[in-house]
Amino acid sequence: MANLVALSPCAGLLPQTIGAVTIAEVEPGRITAILPFKGQQKAVAETLKTALGVGFPAPGRSEAKAGARMVWVGKGEALLMGADCPDLPGAAFVDQSDAWCVVEIAGEAAEDVLARLVPVDLRAAVFKRGHTVKSLLGHMTASITRTGANAFQIMVFRSMAETLVEELTHAAKGVAARG
Amino acid sequence: MRIPCPICGTRDRREFYYQGAAELLHRPAPDAGDAAWDDYLHNRDNPCGETRDLWFHEAGCGAWLVVTRNTATHEVMGAELAEKVAS
Ligand SMILES: [Zn+2]
Repeated sequence: MANLVALSPCAGLLPQTIGAVTIAEVEPGRITAILPFKGQQKAVAETLKTALGVGFPAPGRSEAKAGARMVWVGKGEALLMGADCPDLPGAAFVDQSDAWCVVEIAGEAAEDVLARLVPVDLRAAVFKRGHTVKSLLGHMTASITRTGANAFQIMVFRSMAETLVEELTHAAKGVAARG
Repeated sequence: MRIPCPICGTRDRREFYYQGAAELLHRPAPDAGDAAWDDYLHNRDNPCGETRDLWFHEAGCGAWLVVTRNTATHEVMGAELAEKVAS
């Protein structure tokens, strides 16, 4: 019997500290994509609220409660992270735990690094803690959520992990070189 | 060029995929006849000025939009969800 070793998407690539940012992989726990059926979003939100304390987030928003996080990722779709999904008769829900690469970029220069890669204004004045966008990071689609004053969670498809690390470290080196 | 997605807000053009004229939303009835179907499938205006076309917010929310824009001035006048236009 082969002895299989589980590897995270960024194993061997992260963490890295470059200038005023640290880029580290996040172990997200279970991830479930939730897509409420037509007219069912309210009922789904109520079930989630009762079970986990988080509702179904509005576009561009995320909600967190005691380790469970709901992140809006598209029209009628959100990801439940860090908790098992309760039974949701009013929604399609599917386990995507191994499909995503989750990274945190934190530090004073985090905004400057992302400004080189993402065509959306992520400055704190307009993009506050809990705000999220689905946009591009370089040429990749990515989900980006502000998790703190100088911290962002970035999610891309697992197959893009190495490209994500390359893009982030390259941009971070550029920002650091400016001093 | 920026497109005002009704869900995401105003976003850079690179987040969107262009499909073509919004006439695609007005599919003829199955028995409308060859002329109507030929027109639907193949004939497009090529306006100098205001036009309406379908864009997919591929790198954003995943919604199909009908965007109204001006081909002469490149002004983007607005965008609405295609599902609302079609229904
Ligand atoms: Zn959008």
